[in-house]
Amino acid sequence: MRVSFTVNGRPQEADDVWEGESLLYVLRERLGLPGSKNACEQGECGSCTVRLDGVPVCSCLVAAGQAEGREVVTVEGLADLAERRARRCAGGDGSGSCASGACGTSGAPLDEAPGVPAGDAWSRAARPQDSQAGGGGGLAPIQQAFIDAGAVQCGFCTPGLLVAADEMLERNPDPSDADIREALSGNLCRCTGYEKIMDAVRLAAARQAEEAAR
Amino acid sequence: MDFLRPASWEEALAAKAAHPGAVPIAGGTDVMVEINFDHRRPEHLLDLNRVEELGEWEADGDTVRLGASVPYTRIMEHLRGPLPGLALASHTVASPQIRNRGGVGGNLGTASPAGDAHPALLAAGAEVEVASVRGTRRIPIDDFYTGVKRNALAADELIRAVHVKRASGPQQFAKVGTRNAMVIAVCAFGLALHPDTRTVRTGIGSAAPTPVRARAAEDFLNAALEEDRLWDSGRAVPPSVAEEFAALCSAACNPIDDVRGTAGYRRHAVGVLARRTLTWTWEAYRGTGRAADERGGAA
Repeated sequence: MRVSFTVNGRPQEADDVWEGESLLYVLRERLGLPGSKNACEQGECGSCTVRLDGVPVCSCLVAAGQAEGREVVTVEGLADLAERRARRCAGGDGSGSCASGACGTSGAPLDEAPGVPAGDAWSRAARPQDSQAGGGGGLAPIQQAFIDAGAVQCGFCTPGLLVAADEMLERNPDPSDADIREALSGNLCRCTGYEKIMDAVRLAAARQAEEAAR
Repeated sequence: MDFLRPASWEEALAAKAAHPGAVPIAGGTDVMVEINFDHRRPEHLLDLNRVEELGEWEADGDTVRLGASVPYTRIMEHLRGPLPGLALASHTVASPQIRNRGGVGGNLGTASPAGDAHPALLAAGAEVEVASVRGTRRIPIDDFYTGVKRNALAADELIRAVHVKRASGPQQFAKVGTRNAMVIAVCAFGLALHPDTRTVRTGIGSAAPTPVRARAAEDFLNAALEEDRLWDSGRAVPPSVAEEFAALCSAACNPIDDVRGTAGYRRHAVGVLARRTLTWTWEAYRGTGRAADERGGAA
């Protein structure tokens, strides 16, 4: 069957999809987006975490056909997502000032002045040389924070953690340690003992707050 | 394999009637695991995500009507007041990612004895609304679980909603596992005080072939609370009553030894959870002033 949906702001079509196939398989094997990792295939590890209509889910447990017509954001789209958020916070979409402070721009500097319609970000995202396949552009603040805090070892769990942490900081810009632990409780890391990951999320939250106060 | 995508409830029922072997998929958190691991190859997958009403709830009246696909996250966020036991149980389901997709309909459809929603639904006295092209019926939760991973659904029926009476008193849920997230219950226990009917109901998970109530324990406790006029006086439950209640809850278990725990451990742990949840709920009941009010009214 054919599945049509939006991935990281770009309309995508996948053909000859087997009816029992997961969204994860379609992303990795048919759309060339290997950022979301395939590990447990049973929702235990969170390494395949993506956002489905904004909500973090295990893409290994979403049937590909269930993504029809929906919007998916993978780790490859995090930088663009952060940029769009920053622009919205700057009032670019006419919605006024940022309510949550959940923008943050460090590591993903705005290359266009505030005031550009939000829709333009989507058309930018559809350009072939964008970060769709991780090939270009900057990093989302959460990605930069993971690097700066040394929260990446083997890296296999990192994409899922990034998507989950980014979504939490969007919802909850001032998380307690308990909030962070709960938000990341569905993401297993077997290298770090999680301390550096906690550091990274705290760092991203602090930078985001600094940015919002500016 | 065919992927059926009904856009409405009527279409979904028609599809299930035409293909009784079709496997409904909503959150996918059970079904996709079985497909990913080659444990299941249904001829038809029946995607319920486009049936919007399944993701909605009504909480205006005395009873909450909870759509089968309302994600656990929404239950935690929006229904903690009217459905405290189910909200607590929802919070113990797997991880945020799973709670964003999974719902009570899937728990009921799978009917695993370890499903987290079951003890809360049993304790609250829920009813399951199921339907087919032949019509709609409501199955009392006590009659819903018929065996290990078996339920009372006919082949052409789908789960549409659960109806749960708005809580009239404190409810609790407790679960034993090796950590706070991503845990399939070693055992679980739900308890609801129903001051409006002066009854207590229980639910036991993962300690019998199906989720079960501890009926003898309920009968004992209801009689003891009545005899000592504790609903009126708001006095503490005597330790001897709590102990006997716990022992009867343990006795209601019919567990097995498996990779998650032994039968003996489960039996013991259910007793501990029963005593704890009784203490928590009864202390909350005493703290509400409800007992004092009733005492004043009766004087």
